Amino acid sequence: MLKNFNPNKAFFLTTKILKTLFFIFIIILIIGLTESLWISPEDYKQSHSVRIMYVHVPSAWISLGIFAFIGILSLFNFIFKNKNFSLIAKSLSTSGFVFCIIALVTGSIWGYPTWGTWWVWDARITSMLLLSIFYLMYILSWKVFEKNINQEKISSIIAIIGMLNVPIIKFSVDWWNTLHQNATVKIFSKSSIHPSMMLPLLIMTVAFALFSLIIFIMEYKAEVVKLKNKGLDRL
Amino acid sequence: MYGKKVKFRAAFILLVLISLVLIIYLSLKTLEDNVVYFLSPTEIQNKEEIKRNEKVRVGGMVKKNSIKSYTNYISFILTDYKNEINVTYSGTIPNLFSEEKGVVAEGTLKDKNYFIANKILAKHDENYMPPKVNNSLDSK
Repeated sequence: MLKNFNPNKAFFLTTKILKTLFFIFIIILIIGLTESLWISPEDYKQSHSVRIMYVHVPSAWISLGIFAFIGILSLFNFIFKNKNFSLIAKSLSTSGFVFCIIALVTGSIWGYPTWGTWWVWDARITSMLLLSIFYLMYILSWKVFEKNINQEKISSIIAIIGMLNVPIIKFSVDWWNTLHQNATVKIFSKSSIHPSMMLPLLIMTVAFALFSLIIFIMEYKAEVVKLKNKGLDRL
Repeated sequence: MYGKKVKFRAAFILLVLISLVLIIYLSLKTLEDNVVYFLSPTEIQNKEEIKRNEKVRVGGMVKKNSIKSYTNYISFILTDYKNEINVTYSGTIPNLFSEEKGVVAEGTLKDKNYFIANKILAKHDENYMPPKVNNSLDSK
């Protein structure tokens, strides 16, 4: 099953589509920004400051999604001992970390005009800060430790432990009293957001997801090239 | 399909994950008091003893027609629709602070029904809509 799961094959596949992806990303980003900054209506209570949501929420979603993915890949790496899993996870981590920081900073900027404070230690915000620390530890573990085997093991352990934080972030607003409001966009019930505001939110999410995909492909290619330079044709 | 070693590792990982989840669950359970950001008026009422001068946060809704402004302070009633608590506060108030909206007040309890806030945070809900939609909802 894992025979075809080989960096060499993925390498050739991704070289061609990078430019196309970037072109699509720029178009979607322009549409998303005009939708969210000009066309979409202001909120009945927050007026224009609601527009921060169109950056804050997608970046939070994507940083959470990427970390969950890194955790699952690290699990697979542990079980199947296929180096490609950890290569993919490693290449995903940078964009996830950047989006995590963006979510924290925009949340803080949004919090000041609406809540009246830049920062509070409530469950949602603290667990999100914890996620950024896990990201940082994960990225550093690839840089600090020298031997390849150690790097893989330690980073996988960090990712697996950090993965358990992801559901805590998601459900923190339901389990405890937090200053952060509950989930607006729900999968299994009606979302409490007007369709005219949902649309830019979704477009921005797609744009950010594409961006992290592009960064991922670029980093992944760099990783494969590094391997090739070491003279390893197959893994 | 997979070798013995792969199966062994999968089982091992599963065991580790289950125990990690348990550890996290239990430690969060013990730390519940610290994880909770604010108490509701009902939780204040149910407390056996209250410590004066201890910093606490109370959260709930601002009761309708309860905000009164005086020269250098405001007072309002904070409710969770079961119990109420009187709050006085002097200082700047956030934009979103208004009647029938969520609020978290930080300060000290004088007794179970009287709270002196020194910081007020507006807690907004998860609803987002354009002003026109809200007006038409109100007029229904």
